[in-house]
Amino acid sequence: MAQLVKKDDDRDEEAEYSPFLGIEKGAVLQEARVFNDPQLDPRRCSQVITKLLYLLNQGESFTKFEATDVFFAVTKLFQSKDIGLRRMVYLMIKELSPCADEVIIVTSCLMKDMNSKTDMYRANAIRVLCRIIDGTLLTQIERYLKQAIVDKNPVVASAALVSGIHLLQTNPEIVKRWSNEVQEAVQSRAALVQFHALALLHKIRQNDRLAVSKLVTSLTRGTVRSPLAQCLLIRYTSQVIRESSNSNQTGDRPFYDYLEGCLRHKAEMVIFEAARAITELNGVSSRELTPAITVLQLFLSSSKPVLRFAAVRTLNKVAMTRPLAVTNCNIDMESLIADQNRSIATLAITTLLKTGNESSVDRLMKQITNFMSDIADEFKIVVVEAIRSLCLKFPLKYRALMNFLSNILREEGGFEYKKAIVDSIVILIRDIPDAKESGLLHLCEFIEDCEFTYLSTQILHFLGNEGPKTSDPSKYIRYIYNRVILENATVRASAVCTLAKFGAMVDSLKPRIFVLLRRCLYDSDDEVRDRATLYLNTLGGDGAVVETDKDVKEFLFGSLDIPLVNLETSLKNYEPSEEPFDINSVPKEVKSQQLAEKKAAGKKPSGLGAPPAAPASTVDTYEKLLSSIPEFSNFGKLFKSSAPVELTEAETEYAVNVVKHIFDGHVVFQYNCTNTIPEQLLEDVSVIVDASEAEEFSEVAVKPLRSLPYDSPGQTFVAFEKPEGVTAVGKFLNVLRFIVKEVDPTSGEAEDGGVEDEYQLEDLEVVAADYILKLGVSNFRNAWESMDPDTERVDEYGLGPRESLAEAVGVVINLLGLQPCEGTEVVPNNARSHTCLLSGVYIGNVKVLVRLSFGIDGRKEVAMKLAVRSDDISVSDAIHEIVASG
Amino acid sequence: MEACPSVKNILLLDSEGKRVAIKYYSDDWPTNSAKEAFEKSVFTKTQKTNARTEAEIAMFENSIVVYKFVQDLHFFVTGGEDENELILATVLQGFFDAVGLLLRGNVDKREALENLDLILLCLDEIVDGGIVLETDANVIAGKVATHSVDSGAPLSEQTISQALATAREHLARSLLS
Repeated sequence: MAQLVKKDDDRDEEAEYSPFLGIEKGAVLQEARVFNDPQLDPRRCSQVITKLLYLLNQGESFTKFEATDVFFAVTKLFQSKDIGLRRMVYLMIKELSPCADEVIIVTSCLMKDMNSKTDMYRANAIRVLCRIIDGTLLTQIERYLKQAIVDKNPVVASAALVSGIHLLQTNPEIVKRWSNEVQEAVQSRAALVQFHALALLHKIRQNDRLAVSKLVTSLTRGTVRSPLAQCLLIRYTSQVIRESSNSNQTGDRPFYDYLEGCLRHKAEMVIFEAARAITELNGVSSRELTPAITVLQLFLSSSKPVLRFAAVRTLNKVAMTRPLAVTNCNIDMESLIADQNRSIATLAITTLLKTGNESSVDRLMKQITNFMSDIADEFKIVVVEAIRSLCLKFPLKYRALMNFLSNILREEGGFEYKKAIVDSIVILIRDIPDAKESGLLHLCEFIEDCEFTYLSTQILHFLGNEGPKTSDPSKYIRYIYNRVILENATVRASAVCTLAKFGAMVDSLKPRIFVLLRRCLYDSDDEVRDRATLYLNTLGGDGAVVETDKDVKEFLFGSLDIPLVNLETSLKNYEPSEEPFDINSVPKEVKSQQLAEKKAAGKKPSGLGAPPAAPASTVDTYEKLLSSIPEFSNFGKLFKSSAPVELTEAETEYAVNVVKHIFDGHVVFQYNCTNTIPEQLLEDVSVIVDASEAEEFSEVAVKPLRSLPYDSPGQTFVAFEKPEGVTAVGKFLNVLRFIVKEVDPTSGEAEDGGVEDEYQLEDLEVVAADYILKLGVSNFRNAWESMDPDTERVDEYGLGPRESLAEAVGVVINLLGLQPCEGTEVVPNNARSHTCLLSGVYIGNVKVLVRLSFGIDGRKEVAMKLAVRSDDISVSDAIHEIVASG
Repeated sequence: MEACPSVKNILLLDSEGKRVAIKYYSDDWPTNSAKEAFEKSVFTKTQKTNARTEAEIAMFENSIVVYKFVQDLHFFVTGGEDENELILATVLQGFFDAVGLLLRGNVDKREALENLDLILLCLDEIVDGGIVLETDANVIAGKVATHSVDSGAPLSEQTISQALATAREHLARSLLS
């Protein structure tokens, strides 16, 4: 290449010197004409190819015409005997990836090279040919490839094997015929040949479990030379273990000894692969886990960052499910907080946050405070999220953690980071009632000096919802009114709303709020003034303390139960006229689910918006939806809505699922239907319910769906009356009835006149768990002891033979539909006994706490002691009844 | 997890993040602009780190990147997020050392560009379509350098290991034929 440098005209020895300075595609393509010279100059040709490759490397692309041109020119170079040039030709052909009819031109040359005496030619020609070849040509050269696989030269064998791996994707039936040769290559003495052969052999047999198992069995006993092949074997072994799990009753896992042995291999790559495989075993026992954790712990103090990273990342994953197993590494982890590599430090911190116990929280927070000042925002966000989950785990420690969050909130940081903190505080306020007041104050202080309009308005909105419900709402007013004085118009407008909310909800504050709102009437911004005027007029701002009408409150602060998209289209279609715009004319049905989903995806879910409190907000939306239907509006307060239950198989013509809404004296089934046939329009869709196997229920109302076009979900409802306060259960048979109309696929118009049709759906059951609401308590012991012991009902049950203790626990939890507390739903492996704590609310707003003690004997017979306390003794009995009849 | 260890790309950038040589093996970055955006984010995120004595490591969306710097050259190897980090580091070390051998110890951007053909062949010998072909720097450099031997470069200019590799090659061939 030295020559190339001299030939280039640019001789100025600047820092930016490059042999390719001023290179230009057109000129290089011109230069490529030397490929056609009768007397080839290999050196010059190599240079031109290098230049072409350089252009491609820099992101330049050739047009189809240019590529074909270059390709044909390059094929001429096969005449040259120069090895260096030939290598460049190979590279060039691979880069150009010619089309099928062009490939034929080079096939013969490459086939010749494949059988050349020069190993370098053979290996490379195989790789090039296999890259560009198609099925028919492949059968022609198959014979040579099979030979190459068992070639004595490892480079040639590897080339053929690797090509085989690629070809398996396009021509599996051909490659599968090579398995004898590949098997032979697995025994090769050359390390990498063994690796490539093993990879190909496994790919060929991956769908044959028995064959893979045999392969693993023979190789784990034999010798595997290369560390890479050893890593592969470890992966295959864990796959075999995964698939054969539960078959071995004696407790000894097959192949565990092999994995454990690999922990003593000399290559770190293999040690790590084995350690990771062990940590990922299904239901790994502590005894199995220990040796893996020990080697990972050693890696933590390695001088190599990659090794430390790999170890801490794996331990971090283990800590998610088995925090106790990792606690031994805590000291090493703590020293990693100061690691130069911030990824390692962040992983160490988040691991510590997971493994830490209640008592170590304070010390940990101190260390993190120092650490936070010198990492990038993206890492800080990870830490904030870890702290949030820690706080939810140890609600009693909320004070320290909330303080930490409020401190970092005051420090410098970008929007995403600040948003993560605010979201975390909001979630803590929602989930830990004790943290509410201090959390709200922290947020108030934050908006005193907040540069992000978005966050200010979101916090103001949240404050308006939560603030009035606190013990002393008046203390927030100052912070809110400061916004009206100091901030931009957007924030001022939302501050006005928040003030009005306080005024509407807290009667004692009303006169003072009105004074403040009146001042807003002189604001320089239209929107702020308009809002203030609206609130003053609707809330009765004439100075007198009046009970604010419920309808007014609903009008002002209730959420809009109309999809915004629909409102937008209706407003666009509205033509100014004598007739005022009628909001009731806006369709309430969600037109297109996809559109709504797209919008949701575009906007990241935020703690302030809705998603983290998703269950609550779905209940809200259901409540809104149901109360908007006149037939159901007198059913009272919605107690519980179940998760959707599928009534059709996946990928059927019509997809239907149902949500059970439980009211005190009624049950409403909401059938969500989707029509998956583009050529059909369904009209008058309803579900005919046969309740003969649910004696206590009687049908009171049906709300059919007027039309169900292709791919836009709609809902139809059926309501039942049931005895009030009774947990009536029963089975319901469902049939979907509708009128089907053909749709012209080109015009999208439906034809007139349809045919009535029915579609059988699966049965639906209302069970006892439907009457129980999941609601966790932060400190089960306190809650338990604060309940009247007289309400306690205890009994013992035999659950018969079970697969495992965990399975039995899961069954009972599902049966009762209560919320497991303090992580007691997780049963440690090989445990002989287990206690599970559950809590929830029974219909009629009765709090229920349940203590389950399980025991399992050698014959896998499970016995259970059930203790219930609740606000109402009859409910305690009812819970026992559920178990007794379940 | 991908059963076979695989490499998503190998990048050789200069001290400003510009390409010297790159090779992508996965479809994660379908367009040139996607590739450039990835290179830019990798470069900016790793720029200030000290990866001169030991290889360093960083996480990106769905990927792990191991990297090592020398002079004004930045070497990167990218793998999937579940990939064994040490395998990627071995590939990086193989690439790094092979380039060192091929450039006879003068590893900088200018030398790399002047010998771009060697660098490209080197990439070609390390990974094929994402699958690791070879990780031993001596073997890689040996395979790449054979051609400069045959095109008549005097033996004295080769490194010992290259000479050895060539010698082995010659020996093997004479035994076979």
